[in-house]
Amino acid sequence: MPSYLFWLFSTIMLIGGAAVVAFRNPVSSALSVVTCFIGLAGLFIGLSAFFVGIIQILVYSGAVMVLFLFIIMLLDLKDEQKRAKGFAPLAAGIGLAIAFVVQLIGVLSRTPNKVAPPLDAQSLAAAAGNFVPGTKIAAALKDGRLPDVHLIGHTLFTQYNLPFQILGVLLLVATVGVVVLSKKQAE
Amino acid sequence: MPDLLFQLAIILVKIVALTFCVVLPLVPISVYFERRFCAVIQDRVGPNRTGIPLTLLGFKKDFHFFGLIQPMADGVKLFLKEDFTPNYVRKAFYWLAPALTVAPALITVCVVPFGSPITLFGHKENLVIADLDVGPLFVFAVSSLTVYGITLAGWSSNSKYPLIGGVRSTAQMISYEIALGLSIIPVLLYFGELNLGKIVQHQADHGWLLLPLWQNGSLGLPDLQTALFWIPAVIAFLIFTISIFAETNRMPFDLPECETELVGGYHTEYSSMKFALFFMGEYAAMVIGSALIVTLFLGGWSLGFGLDKYIADFHIGGFHFGGLIHLGIFIAKLIAFILFFILVRWTVPRFRYDQLMKLGWVIFFEAALINVFLAALIIAAPELTAAIIGIGAVLLIAVTAAIIWVAKVSEEHPKPLRA
Repeated sequence: MPSYLFWLFSTIMLIGGAAVVAFRNPVSSALSVVTCFIGLAGLFIGLSAFFVGIIQILVYSGAVMVLFLFIIMLLDLKDEQKRAKGFAPLAAGIGLAIAFVVQLIGVLSRTPNKVAPPLDAQSLAAAAGNFVPGTKIAAALKDGRLPDVHLIGHTLFTQYNLPFQILGVLLLVATVGVVVLSKKQAE
Repeated sequence: MPDLLFQLAIILVKIVALTFCVVLPLVPISVYFERRFCAVIQDRVGPNRTGIPLTLLGFKKDFHFFGLIQPMADGVKLFLKEDFTPNYVRKAFYWLAPALTVAPALITVCVVPFGSPITLFGHKENLVIADLDVGPLFVFAVSSLTVYGITLAGWSSNSKYPLIGGVRSTAQMISYEIALGLSIIPVLLYFGELNLGKIVQHQADHGWLLLPLWQNGSLGLPDLQTALFWIPAVIAFLIFTISIFAETNRMPFDLPECETELVGGYHTEYSSMKFALFFMGEYAAMVIGSALIVTLFLGGWSLGFGLDKYIADFHIGGFHFGGLIHLGIFIAKLIAFILFFILVRWTVPRFRYDQLMKLGWVIFFEAALINVFLAALIIAAPELTAAIIGIGAVLLIAVTAAIIWVAKVSEEHPKPLRA
């Protein structure tokens, strides 16, 4: 990823993140979160993780935040637009941010400073040996392309098959639960 | 080797040529088709006069291009109208909303393959702006951002009908995105590929998804697996096409702008070019939706019947221009599908909102899910034993019957809501 693209997207992300807090209007804040997510998706795509980046936009910007925005608009929050009162919420927010930064520094200081392997044709072709010859993944790697969608699918369904299935059941349970709860309220 | 500047120039040329010279003109053309075609359906003539008014200069007859200039006249009219911003609207969002509806539709153009590669001066160039390996997902992701434009338009207008229109539209688009995404899973399973260019190439070589009648350039009946896969392919096609109608807010699903209930829907408070942008956004979404359907199910740029190899070989010296012929074929298919969109709009009456939601959640969602399993069973069948295939088929039928039964039972006694 060219470094200027990294700086562009991380700037977009940071501006979006700061704007979430700075705006008094909840709708503006929600849209800033969307901007932030789009910057994040740009970073993912810059790291050749096309699938993750696209899913970031599809799920978070396209579905989750739309519902957020929806709720905010329907609630029509008036109180939130007034100036924040009191010192306590501000202090708590800054405290939380500092706690996260400390944690981040802790994690980063323990991670060895590894350079990511280059994604050139040679290293990709070498990686093709790890997969069954003749499959789509091996063929794409030999061509010098990164089949990121196929690789994610392969990893999910071979190494993490059981957790993946359990996650699916969990989502199903959540869906059924929502239906049951909403039906109960209607009666 | 082409250096960075050269590549950048090629990308820019592609963006300008494909987005602004191919897709954008399709918007006014489809408006023209819409007006002429609906006139034919309603036994009228439609706009056929706009042209060069030669009679003003003393000639005997006007020169009319069968009214083909009508969309241009409409555009000029919208440009020159007063751009009125009502008081009490939320200004920033009110101005942002029209742009947010048009931009995503035009961005999605970049993954659509318009034709086979063109070779010029020994340099091979694909007729696609960005040859992404996540094509259909990219289209879904970016077009899901259109919702923001419509929602914000509804909310920022600070008026009740636009708000209801915006809310309806958001609910509708999110609901049908699920059916849309699920319905193409069989297609993606079949191709094993998310790159739209390769999907089209595969269809050119092995027969279109809905017309698998040739194999490697020679006509012939498909093998058993491909023939069986035709069934889930048709189901996927139906669900996908109807969901695209709902996603683009077209008739019979245009409840967000249903005049009898909501004045004009989310764009009631908009005028002049801002209104035109919403209008353009709707038609651009229709064009892109048709392009996606043609690409996934109807062979994209391929002429079919094993003729694509010969077309790709056409050349004058070092200039292989077969890709341009393919571009023409693609646009012909696209326009044919747009005409189908228009035909549906002027023949099918509007749904009621609860019917719309029911169709999305109760029928399409389940049908798409079952279709995924059916397709998976057919694709995996050659590697399974007969017993497992049998068990799978029985399970599938049982699940289908159970779902149909549940849908019927839940329909029978609707309990009145008590406040």
